[in-house]
Amino acid sequence: MEISKKKEESKLTVGLSGRLDTLTAPQLEAVIQNDLDGVTELVFDLKDLVYVSSAGLRVFLMAQKTMNKKGSMELCNVCDDIKEVFTITGFADIFTIK
Amino acid sequence: MTEKTFPAEINELAQVLVFLEEELDKAGTGPKLMVTFAIALEELFVNVAHYGYPDSKGNVKIGIDTSGDSIVVQLTDSGIPFDPTALPDPDITESAEERKIGGLGIYMVKKSMDSMKYEYRDSQNILTISKRK
Repeated sequence: MEISKKKEESKLTVGLSGRLDTLTAPQLEAVIQNDLDGVTELVFDLKDLVYVSSAGLRVFLMAQKTMNKKGSMELCNVCDDIKEVFTITGFADIFTIK
Repeated sequence: MTEKTFPAEINELAQVLVFLEEELDKAGTGPKLMVTFAIALEELFVNVAHYGYPDSKGNVKIGIDTSGDSIVVQLTDSGIPFDPTALPDPDITESAEERKIGGLGIYMVKKSMDSMKYEYRDSQNILTISKRK
Protein backbone atom coordinates (compact mmCIF):
# COMPACT_ATOMS: atom_id res chain seq x y z
CA MET A 1 0.00 0.00 0.00
CA GLU A 2 1.13 3.55 -0.80
CA ILE A 3 0.18 6.49 1.42
CA SER A 4 0.39 10.10 0.21
CA LYS A 5 -0.21 13.11 2.43
CA LYS A 6 -1.18 16.63 1.41
CA LYS A 7 -1.57 19.32 4.03
CA GLU A 8 -3.34 22.61 3.31
CA GLU A 9 -3.56 24.67 6.50
CA SER A 10 -5.76 22.58 8.79
CA LYS A 11 -6.91 20.19 6.07
CA LEU A 12 -5.07 16.91 5.61
CA THR A 13 -5.75 14.74 2.57
CA VAL A 14 -4.47 11.18 2.82
CA GLY A 15 -4.39 9.24 -0.43
CA LEU A 16 -4.34 5.46 -0.25
CA SER A 17 -3.55 3.06 -3.04
CA GLY A 18 -3.34 -0.71 -3.14
CA ARG A 19 -4.48 -2.93 -0.28
CA LEU A 20 -5.39 -1.87 3.23
CA ASP A 21 -5.14 -5.21 5.02
CA THR A 22 -3.76 -6.78 8.18
CA LEU A 23 -0.20 -6.24 6.99
CA THR A 24 -0.51 -2.62 5.81
CA ALA A 25 -3.04 -1.20 8.31
CA PRO A 26 -0.28 -0.36 10.87
CA GLN A 27 1.24 2.11 8.35
CA LEU A 28 -2.03 4.03 8.26
CA GLU A 29 -2.43 3.76 12.01
CA ALA A 30 0.94 5.51 12.38
CA VAL A 31 -0.33 8.41 10.23
CA ILE A 32 -3.45 8.74 12.39
CA GLN A 33 -1.34 8.77 15.54
CA ASN A 34 1.36 11.13 14.32
CA ASP A 35 -0.02 13.52 11.72
CA LEU A 36 -3.33 14.82 13.06
CA ASP A 37 -1.99 17.66 15.24
CA GLY A 38 -3.84 20.84 14.26
CA VAL A 39 -5.91 19.03 11.64
CA THR A 40 -9.64 19.86 11.67
CA GLU A 41 -10.52 18.43 8.29
CA LEU A 42 -9.35 14.92 7.40
CA VAL A 43 -10.02 13.54 3.94
CA PHE A 44 -9.15 10.03 2.79
CA ASP A 45 -8.89 9.73 -0.97
CA LEU A 46 -9.56 6.06 -1.77
CA LYS A 47 -9.45 6.39 -5.56
CA ASP A 48 -6.69 3.81 -5.94
CA LEU A 49 -7.56 1.61 -2.99
CA VAL A 50 -8.70 -1.81 -4.19
CA TYR A 51 -9.17 -3.69 -0.96
CA VAL A 52 -9.99 -3.13 2.70
CA SER A 53 -10.20 -5.78 5.43
CA SER A 54 -11.47 -5.45 8.99
CA ALA A 55 -8.00 -4.35 10.10
CA GLY A 56 -8.38 -1.38 7.76
CA LEU A 57 -11.88 -0.65 9.03
CA ARG A 58 -10.51 -0.56 12.56
CA VAL A 59 -8.05 2.19 11.59
CA PHE A 60 -10.76 4.23 9.85
CA LEU A 61 -12.89 3.92 12.99
CA MET A 62 -9.97 5.06 15.12
CA ALA A 63 -9.53 8.10 12.83
CA GLN A 64 -13.26 8.86 13.01
CA LYS A 65 -13.19 8.80 16.82
CA THR A 66 -10.19 11.13 16.86
CA MET A 67 -11.78 13.55 14.38
CA ASN A 68 -15.14 13.56 16.21
CA LYS A 69 -13.34 15.47 18.97
CA LYS A 70 -11.78 18.11 16.74
CA GLY A 71 -13.33 18.38 13.32
CA SER A 72 -14.57 16.34 10.40
CA MET A 73 -13.56 13.31 8.38
CA GLU A 74 -14.67 12.05 5.02
CA LEU A 75 -13.85 9.25 2.62
CA CYS A 76 -13.95 10.18 -1.05
CA ASN A 77 -13.64 8.38 -4.39
CA VAL A 78 -14.73 5.09 -2.83
CA CYS A 79 -15.14 2.31 -5.40
CA ASP A 80 -18.22 0.06 -5.39
CA ASP A 81 -16.48 -3.02 -3.94
CA ILE A 82 -15.22 -1.06 -0.94
CA LYS A 83 -18.57 0.70 -0.54
CA GLU A 84 -20.10 -2.75 -0.26
CA VAL A 85 -17.68 -3.64 2.54
CA PHE A 86 -18.72 -0.47 4.40
CA THR A 87 -22.39 -1.32 3.87
CA ILE A 88 -22.12 -4.93 5.06
CA THR A 89 -20.39 -3.87 8.25
CA GLY A 90 -22.65 -0.92 9.01
CA PHE A 91 -19.79 1.55 8.59
CA ALA A 92 -21.58 3.22 5.68
CA ASP A 93 -23.80 4.90 8.31
CA ILE A 94 -20.90 5.98 10.52
CA PHE A 95 -18.55 7.44 7.91
CA THR A 96 -19.18 10.32 5.55
CA ILE A 97 -18.65 8.70 2.18
CA LYS A 98 -18.50 10.75 -1.01
CA MET B 1 -9.85 -29.46 -4.29
CA THR B 2 -6.36 -27.95 -4.45
CA GLU B 3 -4.70 -27.85 -1.05
CA LYS B 4 -1.72 -26.06 0.42
CA THR B 5 -0.47 -25.83 3.99
CA PHE B 6 0.87 -22.64 5.55
CA PRO B 7 2.37 -21.84 8.96
CA ALA B 8 -0.33 -20.10 11.03
CA GLU B 9 1.54 -16.79 11.14
CA ILE B 10 0.45 -13.30 10.12
CA ASN B 11 3.44 -12.77 7.85
CA GLU B 12 2.27 -15.71 5.72
CA LEU B 13 -0.86 -13.78 4.73
CA ALA B 14 0.59 -12.46 1.47
CA GLN B 15 1.45 -16.02 0.34
CA VAL B 16 -2.00 -17.25 1.35
CA LEU B 17 -3.64 -14.58 -0.79
CA VAL B 18 -1.32 -15.33 -3.73
CA PHE B 19 -2.44 -18.98 -3.56
CA LEU B 20 -6.09 -17.91 -3.53
CA GLU B 21 -5.66 -15.49 -6.42
CA GLU B 22 -3.80 -18.04 -8.54
CA GLU B 23 -6.49 -20.67 -8.05
CA LEU B 24 -9.35 -18.25 -8.68
CA ASP B 25 -7.56 -16.83 -11.72
CA LYS B 26 -7.34 -20.31 -13.24
CA ALA B 27 -11.11 -20.60 -12.84
CA GLY B 28 -11.64 -17.23 -14.55
CA THR B 29 -13.17 -15.61 -11.46
CA GLY B 30 -14.15 -11.94 -11.81
CA PRO B 31 -12.56 -9.18 -9.71
CA LYS B 32 -15.54 -8.68 -7.42
CA LEU B 33 -15.73 -12.30 -6.30
CA MET B 34 -11.95 -12.32 -6.03
CA VAL B 35 -11.99 -9.41 -3.57
CA THR B 36 -14.86 -10.97 -1.60
CA PHE B 37 -12.93 -14.22 -1.15
CA ALA B 38 -9.66 -12.42 -0.42
CA ILE B 39 -11.30 -10.47 2.42
CA ALA B 40 -12.96 -13.60 3.79
CA LEU B 41 -9.81 -15.71 3.67
CA GLU B 42 -7.74 -12.94 5.24
CA GLU B 43 -10.18 -12.62 8.15
CA LEU B 44 -10.28 -16.38 8.75
CA PHE B 45 -6.56 -17.00 8.32
CA VAL B 46 -5.58 -14.07 10.54
CA ASN B 47 -7.99 -15.31 13.18
CA VAL B 48 -6.25 -18.68 13.37
CA ALA B 49 -2.83 -17.01 13.25
CA HIS B 50 -3.77 -14.74 16.18
CA TYR B 51 -5.70 -17.11 18.41
CA GLY B 52 -5.44 -20.68 17.14
CA TYR B 53 -2.13 -21.68 18.65
CA PRO B 54 -1.57 -19.62 21.81
CA ASP B 55 1.24 -21.79 23.20
CA SER B 56 2.83 -23.35 20.15
CA LYS B 57 3.33 -23.06 16.43
CA GLY B 58 0.97 -24.73 14.01
CA ASN B 59 -0.31 -24.85 10.48
CA VAL B 60 -3.40 -24.02 8.50
CA LYS B 61 -4.31 -26.13 5.51
CA ILE B 62 -6.21 -24.23 2.85
CA GLY B 63 -8.27 -26.04 0.24
CA ILE B 64 -9.84 -24.34 -2.77
CA ASP B 65 -12.40 -25.96 -5.06
CA THR B 66 -13.58 -24.07 -8.13
CA SER B 67 -14.99 -27.05 -10.05
CA GLY B 68 -18.68 -26.70 -9.13
CA ASP B 69 -21.29 -23.94 -9.36
CA SER B 70 -19.84 -22.37 -6.23
CA ILE B 71 -16.31 -21.52 -5.19
CA VAL B 72 -15.49 -23.40 -1.99
CA VAL B 73 -12.65 -22.48 0.37
CA GLN B 74 -11.83 -24.64 3.38
CA LEU B 75 -9.49 -23.94 6.29
CA THR B 76 -8.31 -26.78 8.51
CA ASP B 77 -6.22 -26.30 11.64
CA SER B 78 -5.44 -28.32 14.73
CA GLY B 79 -5.41 -25.33 17.11
CA ILE B 80 -7.79 -24.72 19.98
CA PRO B 81 -11.41 -25.57 19.11
CA PHE B 82 -13.18 -22.44 17.93
CA ASP B 83 -16.52 -22.17 16.15
CA PRO B 84 -16.75 -18.74 14.49
CA THR B 85 -20.28 -19.49 13.26
CA ALA B 86 -21.41 -19.48 16.92
CA LEU B 87 -20.26 -15.90 17.55
CA PRO B 88 -23.05 -13.39 18.13
CA ASP B 89 -23.30 -10.74 15.42
CA PRO B 90 -21.87 -7.34 16.41
CA ASP B 91 -24.30 -4.45 16.83
CA ILE B 92 -23.70 -2.58 13.60
CA THR B 93 -26.18 0.18 14.47
CA GLU B 94 -23.93 1.67 17.15
CA SER B 95 -22.31 5.06 16.59
CA ALA B 96 -18.56 5.51 16.10
CA GLU B 97 -18.11 6.27 19.80
CA GLU B 98 -19.82 3.11 21.00
CA ARG B 99 -18.61 0.90 18.26
CA LYS B 100 -16.29 -1.98 19.07
CA ILE B 101 -14.39 -3.91 16.46
CA GLY B 102 -14.52 -7.42 17.95
CA GLY B 103 -16.23 -10.03 15.83
CA LEU B 104 -16.45 -7.72 12.86
CA GLY B 105 -14.17 -9.74 10.60
CA ILE B 106 -16.20 -12.93 11.06
CA TYR B 107 -19.40 -10.96 10.53
CA MET B 108 -18.03 -9.61 7.24
CA VAL B 109 -17.31 -13.17 6.12
CA LYS B 110 -20.75 -14.42 7.18
CA LYS B 111 -22.54 -11.62 5.33
CA SER B 112 -20.46 -11.83 2.18
CA MET B 113 -20.64 -15.62 1.68
CA ASP B 114 -23.59 -17.85 0.75
CA SER B 115 -22.61 -20.31 3.44
CA MET B 116 -20.15 -20.75 6.28
CA LYS B 117 -19.99 -24.14 8.00
CA TYR B 118 -17.95 -25.31 10.94
CA GLU B 119 -17.03 -28.83 12.00
CA TYR B 120 -14.70 -30.15 14.67
CA ARG B 121 -13.41 -33.54 13.63
CA ASP B 122 -10.33 -35.58 14.59
CA SER B 123 -9.12 -32.70 16.80
CA GLN B 124 -9.29 -30.30 13.86
CA ASN B 125 -11.25 -27.14 13.17
CA ILE B 126 -12.68 -27.36 9.67
CA LEU B 127 -14.28 -24.19 8.36
CA THR B 128 -15.84 -24.12 4.92
CA ILE B 129 -17.09 -21.05 3.10
CA SER B 130 -18.73 -20.97 -0.29
CA LYS B 131 -20.29 -18.54 -2.73
CA ARG B 132 -21.87 -19.02 -6.14
CA LYS B 133 -19.77 -18.03 -9.13
